[in-house]
Amino acid sequence: MKKRELAALIDVSFTLNRGERIAIVGESGAGKSILGFSIVNLISKPGYIESGSIKLENKELTTMNLRQLQEIRGKRIAMIFQDPMMTLNPVLTIGNQLVETIRSHTNISYKDARNIAIEKLHNVQISSPEKRFDQYPHELSGGMRQRVIIAAVLLLNPDIIIADEPTTALDVTIQAEILQLLLSICRDNGVALILISHDLGVVSKVAERTLVMYAGHIVEEGPTLEIINDPQHPYTQGLLNALPQMTIPGQRLNQIQGSMPSLAERPTGCAFHPRCPYATQKCKQEQPQFIYSGVSSVACFMIEDMLNEFADTDKEVL
Amino acid sequence: MATPLIQISGLEKAFSTNESWLGQWRLRQGKLARHKDSVHALNGVNLTINQGETLCVVGETGCGKSTLARVIMGLTPPSAGEIHYLDQRIDQLNNRQRMFFRRRMQMVFQNPYASLNPRMTVYQTLSEPISFHNPQLSQSSVDEKIDELLESVGISASSSDRYPHEFSGGQRQRISLARALSVEPDFIVADEPLSALDVSVQAQVLNLMMDKQEERNLSYLFITHDLAVVEHFATRVAVMYLGRICELSPTSTLFSSPKHPYTQALLSAIPRLDSNTAQPIRLIGEVPTPTEKPIGCVFQARCPYANQRCYESSPSMTLQSDGSSVACHAIEEGRL
Repeated sequence: MKKRELAALIDVSFTLNRGERIAIVGESGAGKSILGFSIVNLISKPGYIESGSIKLENKELTTMNLRQLQEIRGKRIAMIFQDPMMTLNPVLTIGNQLVETIRSHTNISYKDARNIAIEKLHNVQISSPEKRFDQYPHELSGGMRQRVIIAAVLLLNPDIIIADEPTTALDVTIQAEILQLLLSICRDNGVALILISHDLGVVSKVAERTLVMYAGHIVEEGPTLEIINDPQHPYTQGLLNALPQMTIPGQRLNQIQGSMPSLAERPTGCAFHPRCPYATQKCKQEQPQFIYSGVSSVACFMIEDMLNEFADTDKEVL
Repeated sequence: MATPLIQISGLEKAFSTNESWLGQWRLRQGKLARHKDSVHALNGVNLTINQGETLCVVGETGCGKSTLARVIMGLTPPSAGEIHYLDQRIDQLNNRQRMFFRRRMQMVFQNPYASLNPRMTVYQTLSEPISFHNPQLSQSSVDEKIDELLESVGISASSSDRYPHEFSGGQRQRISLARALSVEPDFIVADEPLSALDVSVQAQVLNLMMDKQEERNLSYLFITHDLAVVEHFATRVAVMYLGRICELSPTSTLFSSPKHPYTQALLSAIPRLDSNTAQPIRLIGEVPTPTEKPIGCVFQARCPYANQRCYESSPSMTLQSDGSSVACHAIEEGRL
């Protein structure tokens, strides 16, 4: 890496199985959106993928040219962004945008494309889809717009949906509906989902597996419910304990001291050590490796030491 | 009972959507007629805020909760209704008369990136209100006060000559809070102060707000859409829908037995951590824009229990046996 460059992601590895729903959780600046964008190579300049590989089945995505990528984007891997108003073109009708999407990827007539679009709008529970087809985005409410986006994503029957904070801009009651819709669509069509979110409550409703990110690293990975019930990494513990529902009303909340370091000031060793209550000398110098704790995979020296201790006592007992 | 700190009665606020004179003319049945369109953001809000309590106002986008905050602070005049501070009416004061109340009431805004002046150092941001409201203070005592304030919100006094962009979101929100506290108010209106912050930082700011409340016997009007925060922080909760308050309860009562159908739906929609919670109650449609003054109950269009009476007359707040007040015909009639 050159001198004036900053790494947003460092040594991130994970797999996604067919039809699986995973979540990437972290605070702002953790690199979760960059991770989502990297998968379909949507990183804007001056950002670039320095090294590593992203494979869809056996095809390498990082080295593809634009033409090859366009075969993947939308058709195999589709994205839902946070703000539906930014995603939809305000000067085109909903129908035009949907039809355009279908016809740019497949060679079918306008009429057929229109039928597909209306069917998909119907699938996402939009009332009177024929009427909505000719409306403009500003005529729809926020929740309705996000439904249109989901319909657009479904047009080409992708294998993977990457949803970047899909409900953050919505109210709670609408959020609950959109999550329910997303979940049922993934289940019914066997679509894999990568949900990027900062809200552990949302994640627990949708994802089977969760990756927790901190300052460009994945720090913990495991089944969602187990991570929520028994978080291993001190950061995950802190994140969960900081939620108001984890404390008796009126008491002080359990806060994590400090804040996430900026990319330029990433500490040496484990990136979490300045905020970690268990940090030792070793944490300041070395980068912890992933280790399976019995609940989840964690990158933490404390967990590693604990496991080693257990192993030693086991040996003595034997 | 002692006089409440803030008393609001019959508060209404309408925003005109065709302000220009030319835009108000329409052709109706062959004749030109003048017609003013307006959005009714508040439709008769009655509230009291007691000394030392935290009143949370919750509701979805567009229900008028931010308008309520701005009207109370006098940032925008109400269309009708009265606001009293202790026993003095404050909604019709001019700027000079209001000065005294500006010291007593302060506001913390949602976005600390926008509410701090990027060209003023933290020292300038804090010294302006202090020396403006206390012209008798000497320079050295102002400096002393600023250092004390900064330390009290957990920011080292040595960084007072830095600019807002040099701080993180959580630190900026602490500076906003310090600015509000700088004139030693009794009452702080906080409009979504946590929603721009990350979870771990939210906890820091919320703890700080609770500390300050204990130290200074502050009253908060806390506006939020995050019900988990409300459950933790509020003394009482007011649930707003379309410019009206539909339920006002002590926090624990509201969360253990929500009464209004809207409150029930709202609570059921919170994504909880435990996996085996009930399915959220699904409401039909979304919050409509109140361009017409609503006739009947504001919630009738989405309410599963609505009947003819709900379409025709608006329910008034009635006190229930457990201390909560609800505005709902169905509850009044025992249908729910």
